[in-house]
Amino acid sequence: MNAWRQPGFWVSFLLIFLAGVAVLVLRQDTLRETAFTVLMFIALASSLNILMGYTGYVNFGHIVFFGLGGYFGFYLVSEMGWPVYLAALGGGVLSAVIAYIIGCAVLRLRGAYFALATIGVNEAARAFVSNFEPFGGSTGLYVNFAAYDRYGGAAHALWFTFILLWLVTLAVVVTSYLVKRSRFGLGLSAIREDEDTAMVMGVKAPQDKTKAFLISAFFPGLIGTLYFFKNGNVEPDDAFRFQMSLEILVMVMLGGKGLLLGPIAGAFAYERLRGYLIISPMFKDLHLALSGLILLLIVLFVPGGVVGWLRERLPHYRRWLE
Amino acid sequence: MPLNRKNKLLDLAAAKRRGPETRDWQVTQILPSIIDGLLIGFVYGVAAMGLTLIWGVMRVINLGHGATMALGMFCTYFLFSDLAVNPYLGILAVVVLSLLFGFIIYGVALQRVIQAGYLSTLLATFAVNMIIIGVGTALFTTSPRNIDFSAGSITLGPVILQGTRLLAALAAVVITGALYLFLYCTRPGKAIRAVSNNRAAAELMGIPSSYVLALAFGLGTMLAAVAGGLTSTFFPFTILSGATYQLKSFVICVLGGLGNPLGALLGGLFLGGLEGVIPTFMPVSWVPVVEFVLFVLVLVVKPTGLLGAK
Repeated sequence: MNAWRQPGFWVSFLLIFLAGVAVLVLRQDTLRETAFTVLMFIALASSLNILMGYTGYVNFGHIVFFGLGGYFGFYLVSEMGWPVYLAALGGGVLSAVIAYIIGCAVLRLRGAYFALATIGVNEAARAFVSNFEPFGGSTGLYVNFAAYDRYGGAAHALWFTFILLWLVTLAVVVTSYLVKRSRFGLGLSAIREDEDTAMVMGVKAPQDKTKAFLISAFFPGLIGTLYFFKNGNVEPDDAFRFQMSLEILVMVMLGGKGLLLGPIAGAFAYERLRGYLIISPMFKDLHLALSGLILLLIVLFVPGGVVGWLRERLPHYRRWLE
Repeated sequence: MPLNRKNKLLDLAAAKRRGPETRDWQVTQILPSIIDGLLIGFVYGVAAMGLTLIWGVMRVINLGHGATMALGMFCTYFLFSDLAVNPYLGILAVVVLSLLFGFIIYGVALQRVIQAGYLSTLLATFAVNMIIIGVGTALFTTSPRNIDFSAGSITLGPVILQGTRLLAALAAVVITGALYLFLYCTRPGKAIRAVSNNRAAAELMGIPSSYVLALAFGLGTMLAAVAGGLTSTFFPFTILSGATYQLKSFVICVLGGLGNPLGALLGGLFLGGLEGVIPTFMPVSWVPVVEFVLFVLVLVVKPTGLLGAK
């Protein structure tokens, strides 16, 4: 298949692959934790990109799928005793199903109306879970420690979770690339450029948008389960942090929406920057304001993001910067 | 289990004994609660009018709306606590400041991207929201504040009306009236309506649309800040409180039809009333879920709003 010969894809894929290998070779706990957070945001940003970058539909509630899928997966691990990879899959499937239901209703709306609806989804989901007793209501759930024993104790379980997350991140990148290269992905780009024209040309816009939404929601569910399993507890305020939705959005915009490398670069840069800002005493309260400023500057002056800007500046290397 | 069941039976028996008395209690409970909700609904309506005005004229959904409301709250709060200004006089200062603030936001964040489609404007206003909340959190922290101001109360039969809420509702009515006078009887107001109707045609008639858009955004920001100032007199608030009201404003705008100021006021009353009724038969924490379901239903079934313009 010709698609596999694109250097742009291999750049993104190998970056993440080698980073994971490096962490596994070095076997340091702190490095693993940092890498876990960075990989998590890369995967979340790349999955948001499938909807937002390709279709041009802003989703302010991406974290809902992280939260709901995470809650469900955590419930399966902790209360039902499922192995964590199956539970993560369960969380992902639940997220995808919910996305399908929401998508059927909401994706008939165009542009701005859809964005409005997604803001509401987050609040509604948090309110719902806070009142839902099987998920522990507002106090959430704590992991049943027996769940860790299956993997030879907590320390091994953490490494195991890391490897799973690494594989999921690679899967997100591959999926995102395949979607972009496919006929379906072309349809999505057509919707982004002009939805009416796309429909006239035979793109089934509502179905395609719902499909894109479903794919983009499946991964956060997986990631959520792994994240909460690693943390050992899950609670509504942690699972539906609206701020996190925004940060993922900023990452996609920072790197460049609609590109494969964009969300990866954006997530990595933003996560490192935030790590630095939180530690520095001067900026630790201001990091939200700073990310707002970054977003504003990008929207106003560099709408293509960093990678998009580089692509424009260096036409010779464009095939490397997919 | 058996113990649980026994308790339930005891409860049932007790309820039977209380019977008619309980029903009386419920009626006297529902009525004040609805009236209270309606009074707050006026203020919700003002906030939603700001959002709907900006949408109607500029086709921009202002995601900085909630943060602006929070700024209005803080402005009223500091005028009251540091300078001992009566909150309702303080609103006048809020009007002037927020109008200026709106112009600045328009000039800095929106003017460049106003033609670039909804994705850019959404993200730009969103960035403004993040900046306000980020700076606000750093300056004011997120511990709740409260304006300790009482305007007495009026008792009508079983209903006790709190003075602050009556005054706020009155202020909301005055503001709506003033907005209508402005939009229908002054030249800048007519220019706003013209641009909202057909921007290209308005420009051909010599209306400087850039100024008009700035004015509309300023007015929208002002309405949000004033609504914030009014709510601050009856609920405790933090810099993050705006988000809840922003969500309510969206629901109201969609109920009343985006771009329709009178619809926004009626939608506000409806939502306020609903918030008064829901807690009488459901836990309060379910209110956002109900509101959101309503929101999506209206969006999907009739996106032009229940009062459907066009």
